[in-house]
Amino acid sequence: MMFAPAPYLLKDVSVSKVMTQVCLALLPGIAAYVWLIGPAILIQLLLASLTALLAEGLMLRLQGKPLGLFLADGSAIVTAWLIALAFPPLAPWWLIVTGTAFAIVVAKQLYGGLGQNPFNPAMIAFAVCIVAFPALMSQWPPAGLDASFLEQCKVIFGFSPRLDALSGATPLDAMKTGLKLAEGTSSVSHLMANSEIYGQLAGRGWEWVATGYLIGGLWMWHRKLISWHVPTAFIGAILAISGALWLYDPSQFASPMFHLLSGGSMLGAFFIATDPVSGCTTPRGKLIFAAGAGLLAYIIRVFGGYPDGVAFAVLLLNLCAPVIDLLTQPAIFGMKDKS
Amino acid sequence: MLMNLFKFKGGVKPPTNKTQSLTLPIAQAPLPSRLIVPLHQSIGGMPQPVVQAGDKVLKGQLIGEADGWISSAVHAPTSGTVLEVAMHVQPHPSGLDAMCVVIEPDGKDEWIAREALDYKALKPEEVRERLQQAGVVGLGGAVFPTHGKLTASKTVEMEEMVINGAECEPFITCDDLLMRERAEEVVRGIGIFRDLLQPKKVLIGIEDNKPEAAAAMRAAVDALGESFLVVPVPTLYPAGGAKQLIRVLTGKEVPASKRSTDLGVQCFNVATAYTAWRAIAHGEPVVSRLVTLTGNVGEPRNYEVLIGTPMDELLALAGPKQDTDGIVMGGPMMGFMVPNGSAPVVKATNCLIAHSTKLFPPKAPEMPCIRCGSCAEACPHELQPFEMYWFSRAKNFGKTQEYHIFDCIECGCCSFVCPSRIPLVQYFRFAKSEIWAREREKKAADTAKTRFEFKQLREEREKAEKAEKLAKAAAAQAAKKAAEAAAAAAGTESAGTEQAASVPSTEAPAQAVAVDAEKEAKKAAIAAAMARAKAQREAVQPKNTEALTAAQQHAIDDIESRRSVLAPESQDAAAPGSEKAE
Ligand code: SF4
Ligand code: SF4
Repeated sequence: MMFAPAPYLLKDVSVSKVMTQVCLALLPGIAAYVWLIGPAILIQLLLASLTALLAEGLMLRLQGKPLGLFLADGSAIVTAWLIALAFPPLAPWWLIVTGTAFAIVVAKQLYGGLGQNPFNPAMIAFAVCIVAFPALMSQWPPAGLDASFLEQCKVIFGFSPRLDALSGATPLDAMKTGLKLAEGTSSVSHLMANSEIYGQLAGRGWEWVATGYLIGGLWMWHRKLISWHVPTAFIGAILAISGALWLYDPSQFASPMFHLLSGGSMLGAFFIATDPVSGCTTPRGKLIFAAGAGLLAYIIRVFGGYPDGVAFAVLLLNLCAPVIDLLTQPAIFGMKDKS
Repeated sequence: MLMNLFKFKGGVKPPTNKTQSLTLPIAQAPLPSRLIVPLHQSIGGMPQPVVQAGDKVLKGQLIGEADGWISSAVHAPTSGTVLEVAMHVQPHPSGLDAMCVVIEPDGKDEWIAREALDYKALKPEEVRERLQQAGVVGLGGAVFPTHGKLTASKTVEMEEMVINGAECEPFITCDDLLMRERAEEVVRGIGIFRDLLQPKKVLIGIEDNKPEAAAAMRAAVDALGESFLVVPVPTLYPAGGAKQLIRVLTGKEVPASKRSTDLGVQCFNVATAYTAWRAIAHGEPVVSRLVTLTGNVGEPRNYEVLIGTPMDELLALAGPKQDTDGIVMGGPMMGFMVPNGSAPVVKATNCLIAHSTKLFPPKAPEMPCIRCGSCAEACPHELQPFEMYWFSRAKNFGKTQEYHIFDCIECGCCSFVCPSRIPLVQYFRFAKSEIWAREREKKAADTAKTRFEFKQLREEREKAEKAEKLAKAAAAQAAKKAAEAAAAAAGTESAGTEQAASVPSTEAPAQAVAVDAEKEAKKAAIAAAMARAKAQREAVQPKNTEALTAAQQHAIDDIESRRSVLAPESQDAAAPGSEKAE
């Protein structure tokens, strides 16, 4: 007989519980999203979830791994939700399906499945799709979109032409191109005055979605699902660089608040850069990783060619994570004052 | 008394489950039908049996003699007849048998003549010797011979003596009750240790979930006019790990590479202090100990139990429930399932938990590591368990050492919190044992190589000696011939020239052989000297580990493995790790 080894007492935790809580933490952001754009996002979440489960199931079957155990771990759902929330909400159905399938099959399962992927699968999906379908991936509906749920569904499933009214640029992108086209003659405040696109602080209504993510993120921190290191360093880095440039020239550089509440900043700070599998694990490593990601995200979104920079920033830092971890090994018990 | 406490990082808060066994006072367990007393009940040398089948023994009579300095004597727990000295199953995860003295009690429980001593009148060596003879070992679970920890370092001043009454493992309450009911003797025992080590401070750490024990100890300290400090420490597993308790009370961190004496601190368990006092002041060797019976039983309680009592017989006292499917010795965090219920209670047995799947549900299936970092956060030694796990799994043991696997105290905090339900500690034990095995193999190979080289040297030397002999003989022969020739030449001139011409021809090779032999002999002499030196060097290492039975070898391997866990302390004294997390 094999005797089970100690400890016999175990904390009531499991991977699926962790993942479920991450999904719960996304709910405030999703609610704000629904309020802002309409329930179309729920369709996308559903599409992504189904695709993820199917793709995961298929890959598990091919590898002869226990289906139920791994499907129930919830990690595929988390990836799916992050993809749905990172993609434009009215993107055609096949785009999100392709992106999710790629994320699960290539970025996750081909690397060995749960816990083995060196890159954040959701961000891989985003990066692949924005490179392959730049136009579709950059079209974001204006806030307070005046289109019924049915109309939105028609757009998603291709029964209705993609109306210009339904798709524009993200507030971030609009700001960048607006400043660029005007070649110094326009200013941030001038652009922000456009209440079609902008609200008080950032993209109109998007501020609330970002706040939703912030609330969910703080809850995760409270539940000790994430530590303070990543969000603080990520947000701190964006604050620092955007603040410095904004102070330098407030007419050409948007305020730190604008950057924090726009695009993927909050989602990135709490849900993406915190991905433990592809990120750093040592405390100092986490700080470096997240600060690097925040900095890069800002640079790409402000100076680069993409509407937002979080995905590429995180992926680039994923690449560095092993080295950062190696170089930031903490001293262990009793060896701190060793020279 | 206000004291500045320090914190250790990590730690977990499992449900304590202590109240169940605290409702009743300590009870005396009845004499069992048989007592199976393992000879090897401490870390260090294997005691030699001094009784044989058929011998009558008295309670407290020596039955196993300490073998070497780090070893501890073993005594008959009651009066009766020795049935046999034979192999018997041990309370050890390996399930291996070990040499035991089996005694059938005569029911009289008749003591040997007990000699009470005033230890203050004795020399320190005599006190230590006394403790060794009485079989006093660390009763926190690590059973390091106590006398071995009672020599102060010559270079580092003894600052603090830490007394471990933390008892942080869930379910276990024997130290708690000992302190409540026998505080005075515990404090007197601490006094012996204090007098031997002369520390500047004595700190008694007790987890703050045992206020009664702390109060009793404080009262005893005051009543005896001692200056020991009774310090409540926060309830956090593994606060009772010697290194953690030292950290909390003194702020000092003892890494695996150091002994606590190097940092001027030494740690003892309260139960150890109690037995030391009994041994010195009452002449009673360690023949019993307090054991908590708890878990899936009707009446959890603490018992004073004779060493050697079969566990299933003992557990029956507490009324194990129908669905009990095993016995865990020790706490639920660091204990293990005993391989067989007939295994005896030993000095390391502080608790028996009746196991049932209701009490300890089977573990969920193991999932891949998601690098969530919970394990690293929980690790009191600030290790990165998931990295060590990764490399243990990949059998990259060198890397596990880079991640300080030998600093792991196997407290189980990491396994406790892992959402992927990875039995991390098991992986670490596996990795450690592999590393030891490899090192042993290497050592064995080295020894074999040395032996081979030595054999070659000897053969060469013999060859050289032979050659020398031959050469001498040849030279003698040649000389004789030459003499004869000379005599002949003196006789006949004509024949003489012929003979004389032949002399050099015989002498030359003889000379050559002689020169050769001389060289050879010198070489051999040097080689022999080198070999002698080598042998001498080797002889410095203890050689009592040769020609062992398989069982002895196993036992030694076990010790080695345990010792390596506590590596730094094992050599002479400080075994802080030895008083593990209970
Ligand atoms: S707690 Fe478990 S899953 Fe989390 S990092 Fe440690 S080993 Fe991996
Ligand atoms: S068992 Fe070892 S690695 Fe795990 S928490 Fe304890 S000391 Fe750390």
